[in-house]
Amino acid sequence: MNLSMKWLKEFVTLDDMPMRSFTEAMTMSGSKVEGYEVEGSEISNVVVARVESMERHPDSDHLWICQVNTGADENIQIVTGAQNLKPGDVVPAALHNSTLPGGVKIKKGKLRGAESNGMLCSLSELGLTAHDFPSAIEDGIFVLTEEDGCDLTLGKPICEAIGLDDTSVEFEITSNRPDCFSVIGLAREAAATFKKPLNLHIPEVKGGHGSCEGMLDVKIEAPELCPIYSARIVKNVRVKPSPRWMRERLRALGVRPINNIVDITNYVMLEYGQPMHAFDLRFIEEGKIRVRLAKDGETITTLDGVERKLTNKQMVIADSKKPVAIAGVMGGEYSGIMDDTTTIVFESACFDGASVRVTARDQGMRTDASSRYEKGLDPNNCLPALDRACELVELLDAGDVLDGTLKDDHSNRERRRIPLEHDWINRFLDLDLSAGEMKAILAPLDCQFDGDDVLVPTFRPDLEHKADIAEEIARFYGYNNIPSTAISGGAQGKYSPVQKFMSKIDSTMLAQGLSEIMTYSFISPRYYDKINLPAGSELRNSIVISNPLGEDTSIMRTIALPSMMEILAKNYNNRNDSAALYELAKEYIPTTPDELPVEKNTLIGGMYGDGADFFQMKGIVEELLNAISVYGYDVEACCDNPSYHPGRCANLVKDGQVFGVMGEIHPTVAENYGMSCRVYCFSLDADALFELSQPEKTYKPLPKFPAVTRDLALVCDEAIPVGTLEKAIVRGGGALLEKIQLFDVYQGAQIEAGKKSVAFSITLRSADSTLKDEQTLAVMKKIMKELEKEGAVLRS
Amino acid sequence: MKEQLEAIRIQADAELKKAESQQALEELRIKYLGKKGALTAILKQMGKLSAEERPVIGQLANQVRASIENELTQRAAEVKAAEQQRRLEAEKLDVTLPGKHREMGAKHPLSIGLDEIKEIFIGMGFEIVDGPEVETDYYNFEALNIPKNHPARDTQDTFYINDNILLRTQTSPVQVRVMEKQKPPIRIISPGRVYRSDAVDATHSPLFHQIEGLVVDKGITFADLKGTLETFVKRLYGEDSVVRFRPHHFPFTEPSAEVDVQCFNCHGEGCRLCKGEGWIEILGCGMVHPKVLSNCGIDPEVYSGFALGMGLERVVMRRYNIDDLRLFYENDVRFLKQFQG
Repeated sequence: MNLSMKWLKEFVTLDDMPMRSFTEAMTMSGSKVEGYEVEGSEISNVVVARVESMERHPDSDHLWICQVNTGADENIQIVTGAQNLKPGDVVPAALHNSTLPGGVKIKKGKLRGAESNGMLCSLSELGLTAHDFPSAIEDGIFVLTEEDGCDLTLGKPICEAIGLDDTSVEFEITSNRPDCFSVIGLAREAAATFKKPLNLHIPEVKGGHGSCEGMLDVKIEAPELCPIYSARIVKNVRVKPSPRWMRERLRALGVRPINNIVDITNYVMLEYGQPMHAFDLRFIEEGKIRVRLAKDGETITTLDGVERKLTNKQMVIADSKKPVAIAGVMGGEYSGIMDDTTTIVFESACFDGASVRVTARDQGMRTDASSRYEKGLDPNNCLPALDRACELVELLDAGDVLDGTLKDDHSNRERRRIPLEHDWINRFLDLDLSAGEMKAILAPLDCQFDGDDVLVPTFRPDLEHKADIAEEIARFYGYNNIPSTAISGGAQGKYSPVQKFMSKIDSTMLAQGLSEIMTYSFISPRYYDKINLPAGSELRNSIVISNPLGEDTSIMRTIALPSMMEILAKNYNNRNDSAALYELAKEYIPTTPDELPVEKNTLIGGMYGDGADFFQMKGIVEELLNAISVYGYDVEACCDNPSYHPGRCANLVKDGQVFGVMGEIHPTVAENYGMSCRVYCFSLDADALFELSQPEKTYKPLPKFPAVTRDLALVCDEAIPVGTLEKAIVRGGGALLEKIQLFDVYQGAQIEAGKKSVAFSITLRSADSTLKDEQTLAVMKKIMKELEKEGAVLRS
Repeated sequence: MKEQLEAIRIQADAELKKAESQQALEELRIKYLGKKGALTAILKQMGKLSAEERPVIGQLANQVRASIENELTQRAAEVKAAEQQRRLEAEKLDVTLPGKHREMGAKHPLSIGLDEIKEIFIGMGFEIVDGPEVETDYYNFEALNIPKNHPARDTQDTFYINDNILLRTQTSPVQVRVMEKQKPPIRIISPGRVYRSDAVDATHSPLFHQIEGLVVDKGITFADLKGTLETFVKRLYGEDSVVRFRPHHFPFTEPSAEVDVQCFNCHGEGCRLCKGEGWIEILGCGMVHPKVLSNCGIDPEVYSGFALGMGLERVVMRRYNIDDLRLFYENDVRFLKQFQG
């Protein structure tokens, strides 16, 4: 909402307060100033001047050499290319060393040899349009006229002469304060902020041109959605430009002046916050106004020329046959003011905010009117606004106002009553004000009192509860004058076990060289194809966003792998020769359509380049599991995960349950992402890891007796995994087995084709004695027996 | 013999002085003091001496032995030191050659900022709770005093799953979830992802992070809200930060405020960084609306509380002078590595 300071000062006396003080104080009482603009501030050294004589430039067929009177003793010479001037015209003259909007600087110079001591200005060079000065033209020099309200005193600074000296302030108005979308509303805030009286004006309509009785039959058929509809009639309409003061104020508030009737409706809307509508009485069939819900399928062509289909949830203003306006949103095509209009109806009505909001949304057109209505307007404002419009018609001599108001009124005019619990408010805000002091704060906001009850004005639907009253007190007492205290009572802040656990995962990943990433939780369904998910995969069943920004962000991922791949690919494309990344990411697993999905925490890791290979990644995963105390899991080859290399992928399994996968990304998948290097990823169910973690440690005494180490060189089928052999050693070794260390895997010369040699170093130790040779031998025999069951023999 | 002994001593002395290695010293020890050494050879001739001469020569021989041994020990220490010195010199490294690394990973800058904020609140007795990102309309709006068709919904362009389920537009629904489950006293923050259908550009992202805070107890006042947040801002931005509370509107708090911190760059004068305002808005807050307390089954006549909400991205962007929000989600390693350590 923009505000003209001149307009504001009509209601509040602010003297010559510096703008900075004004904006600061308004901001701190709750009307936040976003900025302000002093009109004409970019214009300097431009004055009113009269063209005394003109002659053709000898070397040009379009330039004129003008002698210009700026009120000084001597005329000055200015050359212009404009063709609309004649001697005697009063114009803006930018003198030597003057400035114009847009950072333009004017200096004296020569035009084809003729001296020019400045420039005569057009409207646009002053940042204006013909809407601001209707008698002037846009493609020529701006000729000042008394008709347009210009001061023709020669030498007068142009801004003063044409009223370009207002200051326009931009306010951020919050959605709970529809009353502040008006000059009067902001004036009330300003009066309360600066403790000045608010000088409200009660409109007076002279009338005397006969009664409107019987000319229009107004009836509300849906009173729950339209508490009041009122109208007055103006005969003998004289459409012409509005006077300068009105045009100026509209301009300061960012509204383009059109003609007196349209300008009056806009002026009243800005002043009172009450949208107004003016329409031609001729087009109201049978003189009947019906405020009703539309019939399904009914259509209306709105002012913007669009034919719109209506539904039975949308409210219209109709005559006896057809809708003539969409209530609170936009008028119909015939509702405007035409050249031959003679009798108009001014409408001032109140509509239900939610209904207008839904209608405007469903019709896809938010208008000045609808954005005001949807916040909830005051029914008590309709009639004063209507009278104000008629008063302005008389003031501007725009027509003859008929006596009487046509209306259908179902509105509740009662003020809401809220007990002033001043003790509670003092406790709530930590203040010590008397009830009287509180009332003194509330009174300028147009609150009334009945004993200890506050009667709040009807234009403040946001005041419902004592907390709302507390806010009003706090705003004008000053938020920053309220003390600042520490919360009483101790409390111990701490991380939960899960939070500590996740943070351990973070630090372990970082320590192992992986950097943390953050990715979008939504993806494209096509991303599932990119990671080779089969058509029927359960994981393709995702939460779908009904109004996505685009396909790429249209579903919630059920698997974090595509997000990781996107980022790896982005780094690869950016020519980063390596990357090692991780994210503690969420995966969104749908349940039933009416229930929220399960949001699973997943640790996803990915890397390429810088020597990354399967075993480096496996080492990272193993280190992590060790750091977060997950033990006793199996690593099982997995050849059917479609995203991974079938021979280089493993599941991590504990108690029969897969809690993670790691492997080299399938070359097709890497190709899908445009990566021609090997890529390694792992994905672990972080929630499962927390459950599997066994962080409790118990001290075991350090060994007192020496260990025995034996090396075992075995030969077996090359297909037998080392893990299988290790398990056999564990079975055979029993309680005395302390450690198994693989130290060689070999295939080639001296080993039969299809076989491999595997060598382990085995450490045995007893907790209560030095092992004897016989004991060691017995254990090694058992181990060999178990190994032979798996098909391994001692290498001869 | 006397002369012989004296000669041995002088010779041994001279040779010892020239010996430069431990090995050479050992050879000299054998040469002079060994079983077949020079001194032993002399002593073997003692029998030929007279009774008067024997003790004199014996004593002299012992003196010579002691002298050589003494010299040996001393020389051994010197040689050892000299040898170590030579080795140290030979082992000299070019210490400016690069170190061998196992390079650490870098924490995401948003995590760094969030960790800092979490620490501050934990220090003030807060706990951290989590809430769902896919949320019901009820928790995201209705329970927060934003009924259907409320104009406040316009300011939060919402991604809907269906009529009742949406991607949360704010972390505030966690307030409601906590109050429904937990009896006061409550002191929590809840960081997390929120979603709004804003197209991506340098300052907008359809996904960003907020941190919600909630305190509910008997006798919580607006002054407590101010005190807590002033402390927070000073810990985050430095003790000399200037903070102001400015009235604002949120449907779920009353009174509501926005908290501004005086521009670090111009100290309130107004500059490009603060868009000429002299202040930078950092969070929204207010006293929990009595309707919200009631919606959660907490009696507003008995309890009161305050809530706050802040955006994480903006805090971090300001901290590191990052001018484009998209960098956070592009995750280029050259960007991430800048925040290492």
